[in-house]
Amino acid sequence: MSATIVSLPDQSTARIPKMNYLSKENGLLSWLLTGDHKRIAILYLISLSFFFFIGGALAGLIRLELLTPQADLMATDTYNKVFTMHGVIMIFFFLVPSVPATLGNFLIPMMIGAKDLALPKINLLSWYLYVAGGLLAIYTMAAGGVDTGWTFTTPLSTHYVNTNVLTTGLAAFIAGFSSIFTGLNFIVTIHKMRAPGMTWFRLPLFVWAHYAASILMVLATPVVAIAIVLIALERTIGIGVFDPTKGGDPLLFQHLFWFYSHPAVYIMILPGMGVISEVISTFSRKRVFGYTAVAFSSVAIAVFGFFVWAHHMFIMGISNYAVLVFSLLTMLVAVPSAIKIFNWTFTLYKGSITFETPMLYTFGFMGLFTIGGLTGVFLGTSGTDIHLTETYFIVAHFHFVMVGGMLMAFLAGIHFWWPKMTGRMYPEKISQLAAVVTFIGFNFTFFPQFILGTLGMPRRYASYPPEFQILNVFSTAGATILGVGYLLPVLYLVWSLKYGAVAGNNPWQATGLEWQTQSPPLTENFTSTPIMDHEAYDYEWLERQKEKEVASV
Amino acid sequence: MSESTAIAHGAAEAAHQEHPAYLRHHFENVEQQADATNFAMWIFLLTEIMFFGGLFTAYLIYRNWYYPAFVSASHQLDVRWGTLNTLVLIFSSFTMAMGVWCAETRRRKGLVLCLGLTFVLGLAFLGIKTIEYGEKIEKNHVPGFHYSLNSFLDPEHDAAAKQYGDKPLPLDMARHTEVYFSLYFAMTGMHALHMIIGIGILGYMMFRAWGGAYTSGHVTFVENFGLYWHFVDIIWIYLFALLYLISRHP
Repeated sequence: MSATIVSLPDQSTARIPKMNYLSKENGLLSWLLTGDHKRIAILYLISLSFFFFIGGALAGLIRLELLTPQADLMATDTYNKVFTMHGVIMIFFFLVPSVPATLGNFLIPMMIGAKDLALPKINLLSWYLYVAGGLLAIYTMAAGGVDTGWTFTTPLSTHYVNTNVLTTGLAAFIAGFSSIFTGLNFIVTIHKMRAPGMTWFRLPLFVWAHYAASILMVLATPVVAIAIVLIALERTIGIGVFDPTKGGDPLLFQHLFWFYSHPAVYIMILPGMGVISEVISTFSRKRVFGYTAVAFSSVAIAVFGFFVWAHHMFIMGISNYAVLVFSLLTMLVAVPSAIKIFNWTFTLYKGSITFETPMLYTFGFMGLFTIGGLTGVFLGTSGTDIHLTETYFIVAHFHFVMVGGMLMAFLAGIHFWWPKMTGRMYPEKISQLAAVVTFIGFNFTFFPQFILGTLGMPRRYASYPPEFQILNVFSTAGATILGVGYLLPVLYLVWSLKYGAVAGNNPWQATGLEWQTQSPPLTENFTSTPIMDHEAYDYEWLERQKEKEVASV
Repeated sequence: MSESTAIAHGAAEAAHQEHPAYLRHHFENVEQQADATNFAMWIFLLTEIMFFGGLFTAYLIYRNWYYPAFVSASHQLDVRWGTLNTLVLIFSSFTMAMGVWCAETRRRKGLVLCLGLTFVLGLAFLGIKTIEYGEKIEKNHVPGFHYSLNSFLDPEHDAAAKQYGDKPLPLDMARHTEVYFSLYFAMTGMHALHMIIGIGILGYMMFRAWGGAYTSGHVTFVENFGLYWHFVDIIWIYLFALLYLISRHP
C-alpha cells in the first residue's frame, strides 16, 4: 500500500499525534543514546545554536572595537584572538554542519522514504565528535585563545605564536571527522536507502544539494586533517615540512589548507541552496524550473570547487601561469551558481507566490547571494584581487555569501520545516518582521564594508585611520540590528514549542514525502514504506490527491 | 480469543525467523544492510586515500626539488628491515583474508586463529618499526631533535652511505635531508597509527569471535575490517617503494 496520502490540514481539528519521535521515549539518556536521525538533528540544532551565539557574541565584540578608530576596547592581541575564535567557531562549528547536520539529518531519510540514515550509530558518533571538538574550542578560548586567524597560516602558526594552536587545531580536526561521517552517511543513505519508485531524478533538489556537499565533505576534509597533523608535528617535535629554514615550503601548507577550505565554502552553501529550491517551489506552487539543470549544477559546483583553491593565494607568490589558470577556473564556478539563481527566478515567473516567512528569507538569500557571488568574480580576477584581497572587501564578500546566503537559507529552512520538526507553527507576523529586520540589519552591517574595502581599509586590525570611522559606525549599528534579527527567532521559536498553533501534517501543501506523514513524525517516519509514484514538485499530483481525499471524505 | 493471540504469536515468530537478529530495524533486508555498510566502508577508505594523499603530494614535490638529498637520505634506511616488514604485512593480509573466509564458512575456531595471527603479525610489524626508529634516533636522523648532517656531509665515515658510494652533499642540499626524514616520520607514523588502531579492533574482534559473533551469517564487520586492513597494507607497499626502494641503484 502506498503511504503517500495527502491529508488536508484542518487547523481547527488538527492534534499533535500522541505517538511521535519526541514522545516515544523520555529522559536525557534516551536522547544521548538515540539512533534516531530526527533526535540527532535536534541535538545538533541545540548545540549549533549555542555555538552560533558564542560566535555571534565574538562578532559583536569585533564590531564594538571597530566603532572607534583607536584600539580602545581591547588590546590589539586580544582583538586578534577574538576575530580568530569568531572565525574558528563560526566556520567549523556553525557553518559547515549547520544545514546538513540539522535539516539534512532530519529530512534526507524522510525525503527519500527511508526509516533512518544508513548508519545511525555513526550519525550519533558524529554528534559526539562535534561536541567534543566544540568543547575543546571553548576550552581553548578559556585557556587564552589563539591568534593565527582561522587559516592557521604557517610559519606564523608553527613558529611565531605561543597561543593555543594545538588545541584549536585538534578541535578543527575532530570537527572535521564529524563532518566526514555526516557526509559519508548521506552518500550511503542516498545511494542505498531510497524507497521504491524514488529514482535519482525524482529526488528533491535538497537531496541533490546534500549529495554534492557530501562528496566535498568526504574528499576534501581529510586533506585539511593531514595539514593540521603536520602543523601539530611541526610545533611539537619540529619536523620541517612547512619550515623554510629546513627546506620546507609554507606555500605547501596553503595549498593543502585551501584544497579543503575552498571546497568547504561549497560544503556550507550547497545545502543552503537545497533549502532554497524546496521553499521557492512550495511558495510559488510550481515545479522548480529546469529541475535537471539545478540538480546537475549542484554536482558541477562540487566538481569545479575542487579546482579553484589557489585563488586564495594570488598574492602569495604562486606562478603567474597558475594565477591565470585558477582565475579562469574560478570564473567557471559562477556558471552553475548563476544557473541556480536564474532557474529559481524562472520558477517564480507565473507562479502563485505567497510571502510566508521562509519565502522572505529566500528572497533575502537570492539578493544577497547574488551580490556576494558577483563580488566573488571581482576577487577571482587576479588584477582586482591584488588590490582588494586582505581588505574589508574580502570580509564583505565572504559574509554576503555566508551570512547573507547561508544563514538566510538556514533560517528559511528552520522556519519551513519547523512545523514538521515540532508539530507546531511559528508565529507568522513576528517572524516575517524578524526576516525583514535581519535583511535590513545585514545590509547595514556588511554593505559599508565593500566601500571600506575599496577605499583600502585592511582586515584584521583593531585600529584604522579616522576617515573610515563613519562607515564603521554604520556597520556596527547594522550589527546591532542584525543581532536583534537573530535573537527574535530564538525567542518566538521556543515560545511556539508550547503555544504555537498545531500545524497538521502538511501546513504548506507541499509535495515532498516528508510532508505526507504526521508532524512530528513517528520514529520510523512512515507507517509503511512509501512508494514514490510521481515526479518531485508535482503539484498536479497533489491536486489530484486532494480531490480523491475530499471525495472519499 | 486465545486462538487469535496464538496465531498472532506464531506470525510474529515466523516474521522473526525471516529477519535475523542482526538486521537493523531501518533496513528492508539483510542484503540492503550488507550492501550499505560495505559501500560506507569503501567511501571511508576513499577519505583515507585523500588523507595520505596530502603526504604523498608533499613527498613528490620535495623529492623533485631536493632530489640528491632525498636519494642520500633514502640510502640511510635499512632495506632489509623494510623488506621483512613488507613480507610480514603481506602475510598478515593473507591471514586476514583467511579470517574473512572462515567467517563466511562459519568456522569459529579458524576465525579466532586467523584473527590472532593477524594480531601477532601486526605487532611484529610495529616491533620492527620500533627497531628502525631506534636506529634513526641513534644516528640523530630525527628532525627537530639535534638533527645531524654527518652522514650526508661526510659519507666516507658512514657505513650506509658508503655502501651506495654517496658523494658528500653541499651543506645547503644536505640540510634538506631533514625534509625527507620529516616526511618519513610523518608518513610511517601515520601508517603506524592506523596499524595500532587496527590491532586494537582486532583484539576486540577476537574477543567477539570467540563468542561466535561473526560465524552465524553476519560477516559484514569482519569483511569491512578486512578491507581496512588490506588498505593499510597497500599504503605500506607504496611507502616501501617510495621511501626505501626508489633510489637503490648503486
